[in-house]
Order: sequence, then structure tokens, then C-alpha cells
Amino acid sequence: MVPLDWYLVLAAFLFSCGLFGALARRNAIAVLMSIELMLNAANINLVAFWRYGNTVGDLAGQVFAVFIIAVAAAEAAVGLALIIAVYRKRKTVNVEELDLLAG
Amino acid sequence: MPFEIPIPTLTQLVFLVIALFTAFCGLMVVLSRNLFHNALFLVGALFGVAANYVLLEAEFLAVSQVLVYIGAIATLIAFAIMLTRGMMYGRTSPMNHVSGKAALGALVFFLALLSFVRTVPWPADAQSVNANEGMIASLGNLFATTYVTAFEVVGLLLLVALVGAVMLARDQ
Repeated sequence: MVPLDWYLVLAAFLFSCGLFGALARRNAIAVLMSIELMLNAANINLVAFWRYGNTVGDLAGQVFAVFIIAVAAAEAAVGLALIIAVYRKRKTVNVEELDLLAG
Repeated sequence: MPFEIPIPTLTQLVFLVIALFTAFCGLMVVLSRNLFHNALFLVGALFGVAANYVLLEAEFLAVSQVLVYIGAIATLIAFAIMLTRGMMYGRTSPMNHVSGKAALGALVFFLALLSFVRTVPWPADAQSVNANEGMIASLGNLFATTYVTAFEVVGLLLLVALVGAVMLARDQ
């Protein structure tokens, strides 16, 4: 059996990759992809903790993961629609140039 | 700990292969310069996560992961890239001016998580899942009974988000 902490290390690595991408990338679509990566890392943790927990019968971890997948889908749809709307107005998806609210 | 019983070692080997693939794809999602390659690596990473779900005996989640993420979200991202392309290629670095600090922060965060994971004595073995109970059926039962409110709210959220996305992206 794979020890639980292997999954946790994998999830931590994926989350850190996503964190770096969300902070460091220029392209708004790449930022959105990084956020998806972080959500997936959290999902791995939820399912792994469900699998190795004491209450494997009540499926709570899987239910949480399903909800996160649904919320991530909603987030991706709204985020990409925002990016397309911004691109139409400003002809850029570079987050450094999107400073409309920066005084 | 490894090389005790043949079958668990095989599982661990499979996990390591999947984990390395997932981690490599996840790293390339943020490091590759070409945005379209980013999207393809994202598909790879999502597929690796789905394989992890199979290893964790959450088959329904694995299937929904492939359907929702790879089938819908990755396609959506590919469309968004094609609709907004032409601005970011070859000209400059794909990273912004805080990328050094961001890398440092992400590394520190990863090391902090790692040290935390290593200090806690996690359970080494998983509970046995009752396979013939019908996990998908009980999952559906849970959505219709215990979690029915959250389920309805998520459905409403999806509806509102999709209508809102259409409104936002519409050509005025």
C-alpha cells in the first residue's frame, strides 16, 4: 500500500507549482491554469485523507471533491469569459497591463 | 518499508510512475514558454490526478475528472488561448517582474508543507473499501439525502456561473 504521506507530498508539490504560476505568470490564461492545478492538488489531499481515514464508509471526502470539481468548472467558465471580455476591450491578456483599478 | 510484499511494492511503483508524470506535467504547466504547451501539460497533469484517484479507489471521481476537466475545462482553455493569441509569443519572458520572489515563496511554502507532512505520524495503511457495496450508488444516495442542500446550491452556482460567463463573453 502506498503510504499516505506520498500523496500529500505530491499534492504539496502540485500546489506549490500552481502557487508559483499564479503569482509569476504574465498571461491571465496561464494564471487560470495554475489555479486549476492548485484546486487539483487540494482534491488529491481530500481523496487521500478520505481513503486513509477512519470513516471510509461515509464517502465525505469524495463528496467534497465532487463539489470542488463543480466549483472549479464554474470558476474556469467565469474566469475565461472575463479574460475574453478584457481581451476584447484592451487587446491584451497580460496581467501586468491590466491596471484599471490601480489608481 | 519497500520490498516487503510483492504486490504492495508494485502499487508503490505504479504510484511513483504516476506521481513523477503528474509532477513533471505540473511543473511544465508553469514553466513552459508556449501557452499552448502549457495547456497540453495541464491536460497531462489532470490525467495524472485522475490516475491517482484510480489508485485511491475513487473511480467515480476519476471518471468525472476526465469528463469535466479534460473534456470541458481543457477544451475551454484551448478555445480561450485561440481567441486571445498573438500577444504573448516570443517577445518577452512569460514571467512577470515578481517571478523571483514568487519562486522563493512557492519553494518556502513547499518546504514548510514537506516538513509538516514529515513530522505527523500518518496512518500507513488505508481502510479496506467494501467493493461490492456499490460506491457510486451510495455516493448518489448521499447527494440525494445528507448533502442535498449543498448539491442544489452547487447546481444553482453552475447555472448562474454559466449564464454569467455567456453574458460576459458576449459581443456587445
